[in-house]
Amino acid sequence: MNILIKNGHLVDPSQGIDGIYDVLVAKGKIQELKPHATKGKDRQPAKNISGRKTEDAGLITIDAEGLLVVAGLVDMHVHLREPGFEYKETIQTGTEAAIAGGITSVCCMPNTNPVNDNASVTDFILKRTMEKGFCDVFPVGAITKGQKGEELAEFGMMYEAGCIAFSDDGRPVMDSLIMRRALEYSKIFNVPVISHAEDSSLAAGGVMNEGLLSFKLGLKGIPAQAEEIMIARDIALAELTGGRLHIAHVSTKGSVELIRLAKKRGIADVTAETCPHYFSITEDAVEGYDANAKVNPPLRRKEDLEAIRKGLKDNTIDAIATDHAPHHRDEKLGEFDLAPSGISGFETSIGLSMKLVDKGVLTLNQLIEKMALNPSKIVGIRKGTIKHGADADMVILDTHNEYTVDTAGFRSKGRNTPFEGWKLNARPVATIAKGRIYTWE
Amino acid sequence: MSLRSKDLLGIKELENEDIELILETASGFRDVLGRDIKKVPALRGKTAVNLFYEPSTRTRTSFELAAKRLSTDVISISTSTSSVVKGETLQDTARTVQALGADFIILRHSCSGTAHFLAKNLNASVINAGDGTNEHPTQALLDLFTIKEKKGVIKGLEVSIIGDILHSRVAKSNIYALKKMGANIRLIGPPTLVPTYIKELGVSIFSDMKTGLKGADVVMMLRIQMERQGKGFFPSTVEYFRNWGMTSEHLARAEKDAIIMHPGPMNRGVEISSDVADGPKSVIMEQVTNGLAVRMAVLYLLSGVRS
Repeated sequence: MNILIKNGHLVDPSQGIDGIYDVLVAKGKIQELKPHATKGKDRQPAKNISGRKTEDAGLITIDAEGLLVVAGLVDMHVHLREPGFEYKETIQTGTEAAIAGGITSVCCMPNTNPVNDNASVTDFILKRTMEKGFCDVFPVGAITKGQKGEELAEFGMMYEAGCIAFSDDGRPVMDSLIMRRALEYSKIFNVPVISHAEDSSLAAGGVMNEGLLSFKLGLKGIPAQAEEIMIARDIALAELTGGRLHIAHVSTKGSVELIRLAKKRGIADVTAETCPHYFSITEDAVEGYDANAKVNPPLRRKEDLEAIRKGLKDNTIDAIATDHAPHHRDEKLGEFDLAPSGISGFETSIGLSMKLVDKGVLTLNQLIEKMALNPSKIVGIRKGTIKHGADADMVILDTHNEYTVDTAGFRSKGRNTPFEGWKLNARPVATIAKGRIYTWE
Repeated sequence: MSLRSKDLLGIKELENEDIELILETASGFRDVLGRDIKKVPALRGKTAVNLFYEPSTRTRTSFELAAKRLSTDVISISTSTSSVVKGETLQDTARTVQALGADFIILRHSCSGTAHFLAKNLNASVINAGDGTNEHPTQALLDLFTIKEKKGVIKGLEVSIIGDILHSRVAKSNIYALKKMGANIRLIGPPTLVPTYIKELGVSIFSDMKTGLKGADVVMMLRIQMERQGKGFFPSTVEYFRNWGMTSEHLARAEKDAIIMHPGPMNRGVEISSDVADGPKSVIMEQVTNGLAVRMAVLYLLSGVRS
C-alpha cells in the first residue's frame, strides 16, 4: 500500500524542514519528500481543512491542505499495564489510545505484574505487541529485581530482548550505591537510566504537593524537595560514573534549575522530560478532592508550572512524555488518600502541548523535537523523523478547530483525567503506523 | 430557617450568617436540654445514620443523643460491625444506607475529603463528624458557642490554640471559625507540628508558650496523638509536656479570666495537667453539653433545606 500525503504543512526538525510538502510512503517507509508546487501568491492557512482520503490503484492520497504533517509522536514514558493489570489497560487498548493521540512509538515502564525485570517478561510484551499492538512498543526494563531497589536486574539479557532503557519508575532507587552501579553497568549498552526522582522518606506517603493548600485540605503533602534532593543526587552520580541519566516527569522549579545547571556545567550526561499536566494545571485541581488530579509527582504551584514552561523553552527539558497511567474508574472513586496516582494521558497530550505553541512558549519545531525527535534520540530508536527511508510513522494534525475533551470517546480504558471538558485545538485526523493508516472524522 | 447547603462539610464552606444561625438555634436547644423533658418532636419521622469509620465515643454518642432529642430515628454503624470489613467501597456502603431511607448521614472517616465525596454522590444530607486531618465542623461550632457563652463576643478575643496543629481537624475548623468571627489567633506548638506556611491564613505562630499565651482570653488545647511519638514530631511525651503541656504555671500567663478548652479525650499529663483540666478556668464539660445543642441545631437546620 502506497500513501501520498499532499499539500500538508510539514515540520520535521530532523531535517530542518518547515514548509508545504508532499510525502510519498511506500512499503511502510518514507519514499519521497518534495516541496508542494504552489502557484504564485503566498499561501494562506485554509479555512476548510480537508484531510479527504481517496484511493486509486493501490495509492491512497490524502489531501492535507491546512493540516500539519509531522513524524509520529514518540512517548518515552507510559504504562500499558499488561501483564498483570489488564483491567486498567492492555497493550491493545493502550496502543490504540496512543494512535488516537498521534503517538506511534511508546516506551512502557516495567511496573507490571510480574515486573519487567527479566527477558521473558520483555519477550512477552513484544510478542503481545506483535499480535495486538497498534503502534511500536519499546519496553523499559527494571533497574532492580522486582523494583525492590536491592539487586540489579539482568540488564544485558533485557537489552538483548529489546529493552531500550532501565527504570524503577513508580519507585525511586533509594540506595545510592545501587543507583551508582546501574549508571555504571548501563554504559555497556549506552542506554539511559531513567530516574523516578523522589526521596521516599521525605515524601513520607504524601498524596499532593506540600504547602498551604495541602494543610487546608488536610491531605498529606510531598515537598518539592523530595524530588529535588534525588535529582541532585542522581546528577552527582551521573558525574561520578559517566553514565547516561534521564530524569522522568520533572515537576518543580528547583528541579528545572538543577538540570539547567548540570547541563550548563557539562559535568553529567543528563536529559529530562516533563508531562503535559505539569505545564497545564496546578495543585488547585486537587481542591474538591478530585482523585483524577492525584498524580505522582504531584501537581505543583503556579511558579513551578511557569518554570517548567521556561525549562521547555530554553531546552533544559528535552522531552514531553505523557506518563500515561490509566486506572479503573472504581479505583479513582472514593477516598483521595487511597486512590492510585496517575493520569490517562495519551489522548490529551498533543492538544495540551500545542497550547504551548499557541501561547508562544515553544516554536512548532521545538514542540515536535520534544514530542518525537528528542525522545527517540534519548532512548536510541530510529523514530521521530520523516527522512527518506525512515519508518513511515506519521501524524496529520488539525490545529485549527476547537473541540472538547470527552473521556467517553477515549480509546484507553483509563478515563482518569483532570482535563475532561477542556477546550483544545490540536488533534490527529490521521495517524500512520506499522504500515496502516488510521483516520478520524 | 435553613442552611444554604444540604450538607455540613466544613467551616471553610460556611458563610458567617450560617454560623450565626447555627449558634442562635443551638441556644434555643440549649434551653430545651435544661428542661425536665429534654425531647422535642421537631424531626419526627426522620432517620439519621452515624457512619463511623474511625473509633469515636463522644462524637458518636453526642450525635446519637442529639438526633434522639429531636425525635429522629438513629442508628450507628462502625467499621468493626459493618460490611466494610468485607471490602465494600465507601460509595456502596453510603448508597446502601441512603437506600434504607437515611435523611442524614453523619460521617467520621480517617481520610480527608470523604464527606465531600459522599455529599457529591448522595441525596441525603451529609454531616462531617471529622474527616482525616481536614475538618471537624461541629466541634468548632460548639467551641464558638461555648466561647460566646463565656465571653459574650468573639470579635477581638485573643485565642491561643496549642498542640498538633498540622494534624488536627479540630484546630483547622476552629481557625476558620474564629477567623470568620473576628478573633485573633495564635498557634503554639513545636515547629514540626506548626508549619510556617500556616501564617498565610492570617494567624501568628509561636513555639514558646510564654509569649504565645501572654494575654490570651481563650486557651484551646488539642489532643496529642500518641502515634506521633517516635515519628520525629517530638522526642518524648515527657519533653512535650514540659514545653507545651498546660500547667497552672503556664496558664498564669493568660488573662485572669481566661477559659481553658479541650475537645477530648484528654491525655492528662501529656498536653494538660489534671489541676488545669479540673480547675476553675476549665469549661471542658460545658463544651460536651453544648455539643449536644449545636448538633441538634445542625440536624434541625439541615432538615429545613430538604423539606
